[in-house]
Parts: sequence; C-alpha cells; structure tokens
Amino acid sequence: MKHFLAFALLFATMMPALAVEPAERLADPAQEQRARALSGELRCLVCQNESIDESGAPLAHDLRVLLRERIAQGDSDAQAVKFLTDRYGEFVLLRPRIEPATYVLWFGPIAVLLIAGTGSAIYLRKRRLQPEAAPLSADEQARLDRLMKEGEG
Amino acid sequence: MIVELGHFALILAACLALLQSIVPLYGASKNHAGLMAVGQSAAVAQFVLIALAFAVLVNAYVTSDFSVVNVVENNHSAKPMLYKITGVWSNHEGSMLLWVLILSLFGAAVALAGDNLPPGLRARVLAIQGMIGVGFLTFILFTSNPFLRVSPAPLDGQGMNPVLQDPGLAFHPPFLYLGYVGFSVTFSFAVAALIEGRVDAAWARWVRPWALAAWCALTIGIAMGSWWAYYTLGWGGWWFWDPVENASFMPWLVGTALLHSAIVVEKRDALKSWTILLAIITFSLSLVGTFLVRSGVLTSVHAFAVDPARGAFILVLLVLAIGGSLTLYAVRAPSMAGGGIFAPISREGALVLNNVLLTTAAATVFLGTLYPLFLDVVNGPKVSVGFPFFNRTFVPLMIPVALAVAAGPLLAWKRGDLRAALQRLWFAFFATLAVVLIGLYLAGFKPVLAILGLGLATWVGFGSLCEWAERVKLFRIPFGESWRRAIHLPRASYGMTIAHIGFAVSIAGIAASAFETERIELVHPGETLQVAGFNLLFKGTEKVPGPNYIADRATIEVRQNGATIAVLHPERRFFTLQQMTTGVTAIRSNFMADLYVALGDPDDKGGATLRAYWKPLVPWIWIGAVFMALGGLLSLSDRRWRVGVAARRRVPAAHPAPGE
Amino acid sequence: MRRLLYLLPVALFVAVAVYFLLALDPNRDPSRLPSAMIDKPTPVFALDGLAGGKGLSLDALKGQVVLVNFFASWCEPCRDEHAILMKLGKDSSVQLYGIAYKDKPEDTQRFLQQLGDPFRAIGLDQTGRTAIDFGVYGVPETYVIDKQGRIRLRHVGPLTEADVAKELMPLLKSLQNS
Repeated sequence: MKHFLAFALLFATMMPALAVEPAERLADPAQEQRARALSGELRCLVCQNESIDESGAPLAHDLRVLLRERIAQGDSDAQAVKFLTDRYGEFVLLRPRIEPATYVLWFGPIAVLLIAGTGSAIYLRKRRLQPEAAPLSADEQARLDRLMKEGEG
Repeated sequence: MIVELGHFALILAACLALLQSIVPLYGASKNHAGLMAVGQSAAVAQFVLIALAFAVLVNAYVTSDFSVVNVVENNHSAKPMLYKITGVWSNHEGSMLLWVLILSLFGAAVALAGDNLPPGLRARVLAIQGMIGVGFLTFILFTSNPFLRVSPAPLDGQGMNPVLQDPGLAFHPPFLYLGYVGFSVTFSFAVAALIEGRVDAAWARWVRPWALAAWCALTIGIAMGSWWAYYTLGWGGWWFWDPVENASFMPWLVGTALLHSAIVVEKRDALKSWTILLAIITFSLSLVGTFLVRSGVLTSVHAFAVDPARGAFILVLLVLAIGGSLTLYAVRAPSMAGGGIFAPISREGALVLNNVLLTTAAATVFLGTLYPLFLDVVNGPKVSVGFPFFNRTFVPLMIPVALAVAAGPLLAWKRGDLRAALQRLWFAFFATLAVVLIGLYLAGFKPVLAILGLGLATWVGFGSLCEWAERVKLFRIPFGESWRRAIHLPRASYGMTIAHIGFAVSIAGIAASAFETERIELVHPGETLQVAGFNLLFKGTEKVPGPNYIADRATIEVRQNGATIAVLHPERRFFTLQQMTTGVTAIRSNFMADLYVALGDPDDKGGATLRAYWKPLVPWIWIGAVFMALGGLLSLSDRRWRVGVAARRRVPAAHPAPGE
Repeated sequence: MRRLLYLLPVALFVAVAVYFLLALDPNRDPSRLPSAMIDKPTPVFALDGLAGGKGLSLDALKGQVVLVNFFASWCEPCRDEHAILMKLGKDSSVQLYGIAYKDKPEDTQRFLQQLGDPFRAIGLDQTGRTAIDFGVYGVPETYVIDKQGRIRLRHVGPLTEADVAKELMPLLKSLQNS
C-alpha cells in the first residue's frame, strides 16, 4: 500500500501535467490517431481506471511515448499492444480479451437479458391467458352484449 | 467537553434506535396503539440526537479543535471556512455520521409525515428504519468513531486533500447520501409489507413519493460528481465507470425501475412481488456500494482508508439486512400474486420491458464492476474492466430503452394499440429522420453512431412532446380548449414528460461528445491557439496567492471574428501544505457548447501547454439530469400523494376513441 | 418450482456475500499486481553507472542468482527499506544489484552517501525504459533472477524483515543449489 501511496503522491504532484503533450505527438496524423485510439484502451497502472491517454502520471507519459515509437517503427496495433501486455500482463487492457476466464463477464449480460426476457414473456403470457381460464357464463355474455350495444349507441 | 457531548448523543441515539427497532414491532403484532406510537417519538428523538452529534463535529472543525483525531487528520487552520465545514464529510468517519444523520432524517420524516399511514404499517416501517440505524450507529461507535481525542493535541492539522477542496465535490456527498439512504425508506416499506403479507395500490401510493425523493437526490448527486470530474480533470472526461461511480449508478438504475414498476402496482395491482424485490435490491445495492467503498476490497480513486475490521463489520450488516430481507421475501412473496390482467402490448407491458432492460443494465454494471474482484478472489488472472466493456454492453441496452420511452406512455392500460401509438408519433419520427439525415449530410457520414444517438435523443424528446400534445388534443380541438386541458393535466403527468425530455437531453449531450474538437499546443505569451473558430490569445501566466495555495493563473483572450468575447483564467494551484498541484479549468459555456481550456506544464520561456476543447452540447448531459430531477420533484408535488387513501385518483387520460 | 424461483435472490446474494468474505482476506492486497515476467528471460539492458562506477548490464549478471532492486532517491518507501538492503548487502551469499529509476545521478549519489551503498553495482535508468521492460510500475520493486537469467520473483513495495526471511532467502537458497 505504501508503494502505491508513493506513486499516488507523485501522480498528484504531476496531475496537471495533463495527458498527451504536444511534444509526444507523431508527425503522421494517421499514426497519431492510431496511437490515441490504442492508448485510450490501455490502463494507466498507477492511477487505476484511467487510460494512459487520459492520465498525467509519469509512467503513463513514458508508455504513451513508447507506444508511439512502436507504431512509428511499423508495429501493427496488435503488436504494439502485445509489447505492453508482455511486460505488464492483461491487466493493462481496459477491454479484457474474450477468453474462458472472461466468458462470464462478456456473455453474462446477454444471458441475463435472455433470462429476464424469457421470464417476463412467460409472465406476460400468463397475465393474458387468465381471463380465458374463466369463460363468461351465458348470463354474463348476454349482459355484456347489452352493455356493448348501449355503449355504441 | 462539547465533543464528549456529541459522543454521548451518538450513544444515546444508538440506544433509542434499538428501542425503535423492537417496541413498535411488538406493538404492531399486538395491535397496541401506545407501543406502536413509541416508534414515532423514538425516530424524532433519534434525529435530534444525531443532528446534535453532527453539529458538535461541525463545530470541532470550524473551531479547529485539534484535540480530536478526526479533525487533526482532515482539517487545517488555514483552510477556507467552506471547506472546514465540508471537510466534516470528506473522510470516512465524518461521512458515516452524515450517512446516519440522513437515515434518521428520513426516519423522522416518516414519523411526522406518515399520518395517512395505517398505524401498524407505520410502526413496522419505523422499526425497520430503527434496525438499520442500530447497525450503522454501532458501526460508527465501534469502528469509525469521529469523536476520539488525541493527547497531546498537535498544533495544527494535516489538512484535506486539495482535490476535495472544490464546491462541486463538497456538496456531491450530501446529495448522494440523500439518494442512497433515501431508498432505505422504500426498503423498510417493502420489508414491512412482507411482514404484513399485504401489498396493494395504497401501499404503492405511500411508497412512491419516498422512492421519487430519493431518486431525485441520487440523480443530482451523480450528476454533480460527473460534472466535477468534467471541470476538474483537465480534458473533460465526465464518466469513468470507476467502481465507486458504478456503486452509485447501480441503485439509480434499479431505483428507476422501481419508480416505474410501482406505477403498475398502484394503477393495476400487478407486479407486486417484483416491486417489493426491486425496493429491497435498490437499497441493497446502496449498502453494497458502502461496503465496496469502505472495506478496501477494490482499489479506486475514491476509496476511503482501508481497515479490515470495518469491512467485516459492514459485511455482517449486509448479511443481516440483505440476507434477512431476501429470506423473508422468499418466504412471504409467493403468496402475493397480483391481480391485474393485461395484454403484452399495453402500458403495463411497456413498463415490464422498461424493468427488464433497466435491471439487465444494472446487472451488467454489477458484473463489470465486481468481475475483477471475483477473478482475483479465485486466484484467476488480473483483469481490468474499463469503459470499452461498458460501451459494448451497457450502451446497447439503453437503445431499446430510449426507443420504448417514446411509445410506452402512448399505450393504453390493459390493452394497447402499438400501431396507433406509433401513428401518433409521426411527428417525432419525421423529426428524428430529419436530424439523422441533416446530421449525416453536415458531418459527412463520419461519426455515424453519434448521429444515430442524436436521432435517438430527438425521438425520445419529440416523442414525449407528442404524448403531451396527444393528452391536450393539440391542434385537434380549439386552442383554448387544449389550454384548459393542459392546465388540468396532473402534475405527475408533467413530471413524467419533463423527466423523459431530460433523458433525451442527456442522450443528446452524450452522443454529441463525438463532435468535440481538441487542440493541445505549447504557447508563448502573444501566441494564439485556434480551436473551432475561436482564437485564444495567450497573454502569459502570473502568480496569484490563494488562502492555502499559490496559483499560476493564465490570462487568455478569446476572440471570434476579430472581437474579444471573453477572458479566461485557467489555473494550476500549488497547495503548500500537501505539496500538491491541482488544475482549475476555465470553461465558457453558452449551454449549447463549452469552450474548455486547461493549463498544463510551463516551459522556461514563459510559455505553457494549453489544452483547448470545443465541446458541443456537452452541458446538456447535466441539464438533462437536472430536468430528470425536476420532473421527479414535480411528480412528487402532485396532489394525489397528499390526499388520503380513499381519494380516487384520476384515471390517466383515456386513450382516444376508435376510428381515428 | 415457483417457490424455488423466489429463493433465487437470496441464493444469489449468498454467493456474492461469500465472495465478499473471501475478498476481505487481509493477506489480499487489491492494488498488488502479479508480474507478467515471471519465468521469462530477463530483458536485455546495459546501463551507465555513477561517476567512477562500472554500470550494470544483463551480461554481467549471467550465471548467478541475483537480486535486482529498483529504487530512487525521491521515493519515500525506498528510504524505509534501505536498512534491509544494507543488511542484504553485507551477506556475502547474496548478489544485490541496484537500478536507479528516473533519478538524477547526483541525487542517487547523495542518497547512497547518506544511507550507505549496499549494491555490488548500480545502473542508472534515467529514461525508465529498462524499468518498463521489467514491467516495473512503481519503486521500490525487487526482482530475483536465476542462473539461467530468468525472472523468478517480483516483490512490489518496500521489503520487510519478514519478506526477506519468508520469501527471498528460501528462494535464493533453492535457486543457488539447483
């Protein structure tokens, strides 16, 4: 925890150093755009839940520069991301990969929607069927017909 | 001495809460009026005592009484008065005291405003409130006591995190807690109904105002937090899907579902056990949020200091409150079958759809928030679940919600005619089509999803207007007649329309963020930065002393078409005590778009990095939230909540004659 | 069947509560990250040393079991753990090397003059690139590298006596004997 605090302090002092500084940018706009899109989905390790694109932390700055170097050298997006996951693990991905460990995460919402949808469909069906369960007696039917006629008239 | 008075008041409040949780419950079971009435006096006295304790703590902060540990840890004599006061709830102990203060406020409100409730129900509701009070008061007294002394008293305090010294963040927690804790009342009503084994339209009518009040406060609280992030973080992000943000968002989603399902209970006597379940889950999610934030199981920017004993204590409270209520639910709810009969295509059906989607959305947020923790606990891989996950799962769920919001209110109860409802939305349909086509034409087919988002907002907004027009028969009967109808529409109906329009306004603000322009450059005095047709002339920075900081203050002239239209002063503040720098952005808003400027690192030639943005429609995100809350308040002021049980409520405007 | 349906919410809650209970384990630190570099070859590096020092490169570490400590003069926790590093440095069976992370050479020099220099050699990682190759996300971090040049352990944060006795020494012993 202390370790983290040391970094938190450092992070705080650096905070308004803002993300993405002019000097970091690549000359090629297409490459720069790729770099920004990629860094937006990579987690800043020291600041929790912020991407390196948004973070002012020094490590995030270093990683942005590194990512741009890889891209400028001709890395594909996947290669550039692999460079970081090799060192920091899958934790840096703000969008976890779809793999057995994350099946529940990715398919859970669909499963919940299907279950909730089916459940409510059964419920709605039951609500609708109930009146048919108790058909009107001949007497009631006659009275209803009479009332309907009055209503129309 | 005064501090001990506060401490003593808190202990006494805990004792009273214990009394309040037992005596009225026993009285209700024996139908003894005197014992039941104990609940009311206990609830009011409990509130007075906790308010006294809270006032004592505020006083200790204001007078900088550094013999109190909590004051030492979070206060400093040089802090501005506003932040001395708000500093009370900037920390774990003080914010828990605010939590129970609000809890007891709601308890007292039920005691005083509940004259139209049957005495048995009121006694049981107050008893449940009392139990929650016992739990959290003992939690404070045993693990998080803000009144502990330190000896010898230090000369000055350690101060408060500068990030928290901001008006937006100062008032964010009180609203948030009003929402979180406000849902304790609906929870208590649900548990009381389970004990009595009876839920009917009258019950729904009593519960709904409390749910509305809590929901409005939570809406404002969440919006304030998001607005704070927007103007503080220097690049205009306003939502991060951070675990703590999600902890406040989940009760909001389920609470929204609850507001809608309670309507079905009230009008149609259906969805009863489901509504009870939603009431329990809404408050349970508030409690889970409290656990996540205060136990240290998750890491988050917002998390409070970690203490395993606190986590264990809150977990015990969770098991008692949530486990207990859900067990009671499993036993009692099966006998609460609803009576209403309706076709799938009907107002009821639309509200069921609303509930399916909102609860699925809440489950998605729950899964995304807790998944890293679950994997970690079973020694699985460490993963992060960030905004890309939620954009791919949560956002698609909101699309059908938005589509249905416009059509649902046009369906009749029992059996609706979808085709007729859609026909009445022709104007909204063409407005949507126009917005999408014009948007695609102007933006060159680029951010297609954002344009469709704007279309969706148009659909919801104009759809809500169409529904209102339908109710007053606008253009179909003489104007004066429409006017008369408009005046006589119930406030609850206007509340719904305004809240739905607010939803539309927020969607538009969110969708339009794809159109922002960004410029980040190093500028020197006399140089100009151009963004979206504005020329920002940087005139340099100067040192300006603040009460407990020194600021680098930039002066930037904003020019458009040669004329100076504004002067902006973004700052970087260096807090000497904490050795921390925070940024203060400068925003010029005309409510249609924001010009947003943040000051970055200086260079050694008097220059600085500037981040400038033009963000179209972004203020609408929060304006929409304010509309939603206003709609809720307007609905809350509807007469029908105030009149007695027997009063017949208006049947919603009957839907249009055949042959139209 | 219908009754079972009503039991579902409480059953789900029990499952979540069990997870919460396990999550409260005091030995679990949520901010701690396992290293992705475990059992992988140590990244290649060659760093300059302090004035008069010889610097540090991967080649120099080959064939022995070593401890590599990332530190910085500006990092408070590094000061806290320094006494323990001094002890390790005096132990002739331990090969302790240091890498100064993003630190000015003169600050590193002053830091070591004040508190003592436990390291057999020091490399200056002023760009922080070597640290990124190791997967360092904050200082101090301590790595154990085996004879084959693979990373076997990463310790995050300041070392304590207990960490050394329970975690480091047993691993070093077993690696040296293998």
